[in-house]
Amino acid sequence: MVSKAASDQPVVPHDAAQPGAGGGPDPEQHYVRSSVAGAAKILVVGPLGVGKTTLIGAVSEIKPLSTEAVMSQAGARVDRGGERTKTTTTVALDFGRITIDGELVLYLFGTPGQQRFLPAWRELARGALGALALVDTRDLEASFDALGHLEDLGLPFAVAVNAFPGSPDHGEQRLREALDLLPQTPLVVCDAREYRSSVQALIALVSHLINAAEPT
Amino acid sequence: MTGQREERTTPAVRPYVITRGRSGAASPELPWETLVVAVAADPPAGPSGLQPEHRRILGHCQGLLSVAEIAAHLGQPPSVVQVLLGDLVDWGLITTRPPVPAAERTDVTMLRKVLHGLESRL
Ligand SMILES: Nc1nc2c(ncn2[C@@H]2O[C@H](COP(=O)(O)OP(=O)(O)O)[C@@H](O)[C@H]2O)c(=O)[nH]1
Ligand SMILES: [Mg+2]
Repeated sequence: MVSKAASDQPVVPHDAAQPGAGGGPDPEQHYVRSSVAGAAKILVVGPLGVGKTTLIGAVSEIKPLSTEAVMSQAGARVDRGGERTKTTTTVALDFGRITIDGELVLYLFGTPGQQRFLPAWRELARGALGALALVDTRDLEASFDALGHLEDLGLPFAVAVNAFPGSPDHGEQRLREALDLLPQTPLVVCDAREYRSSVQALIALVSHLINAAEPT
Repeated sequence: MTGQREERTTPAVRPYVITRGRSGAASPELPWETLVVAVAADPPAGPSGLQPEHRRILGHCQGLLSVAEIAAHLGQPPSVVQVLLGDLVDWGLITTRPPVPAAERTDVTMLRKVLHGLESRL
């Protein structure tokens, strides 16, 4: 007999030792609140080392988790009758979670921006509200692939400059030109290690999404 | 720096065996942010198709969790977990809460809710 009553109660998992939750999980934090009706997602994109995992870790209510996406490239598919020698290329994607209110949670997926990882974006980008593109001003060109791909996908985005020690200050106008940003695309400076700064970068993105959605 | 930490090439054998050759590409109805929860605290003895991997998933869904979180906790790619979750949905052992639908994703009221949720965290 299947009992439905138990499903809405937060229950401590049978397997109490959750990998990735250092010092034992807080069952209150481990599960999404049972009142939540559904989730939304935002992508955090940018080249390796730009601070994606750091930003997600700063704002997430759970310790950032990592999962391996299988890239759906030619030959990578695991088909019926597939040969044992076949290999699949996987991409590590970090993600975190923010409870918005009793009805909604937001997931942040860190998506590497290098050209060869772009196939992994397709599934993730589908259904995303938008993206926060992280930029390191010491290497602007490293961000071009990610920005170009967001434009190709038609995914609205905001740009956050993650300030590192010794980062050159190009000035906003020159930075906009170098990155070829539309005038309405938000450009903010953030410190991905800081909670408030990272939340403010997300706020800049969501404000932009509201502007884009509002009939003018 | 190399992309080593973010890229890995692995033999496809294990996920292939777990899903009995079925590809996760056939399960677009369970995006990574889909929330799932087990219907019962203890899974029933049957159905006969229930593998240890299914039971491990059920152990992880005693409250609401996303497909991505379950995959991360299990250490399996989401494409594999999507197939196994599809089985559990078919057997009535878990229920799903789909992501915010397309029409709502560009809805100003929903986006304002997200904005206020973030602002209240400052
Ligand atoms: N100084 C400084 N270091 C940062 C900042 N953000 C990230 N880092 C460091 O840069 C390195 C790469 O960051 P990580 O988040 O792993 O980058 P990812 O590859 O985009 O996920 C780590 O050692 C971080 O500690 C920042 O805002 N300022
Ligand atoms: Mg990272």
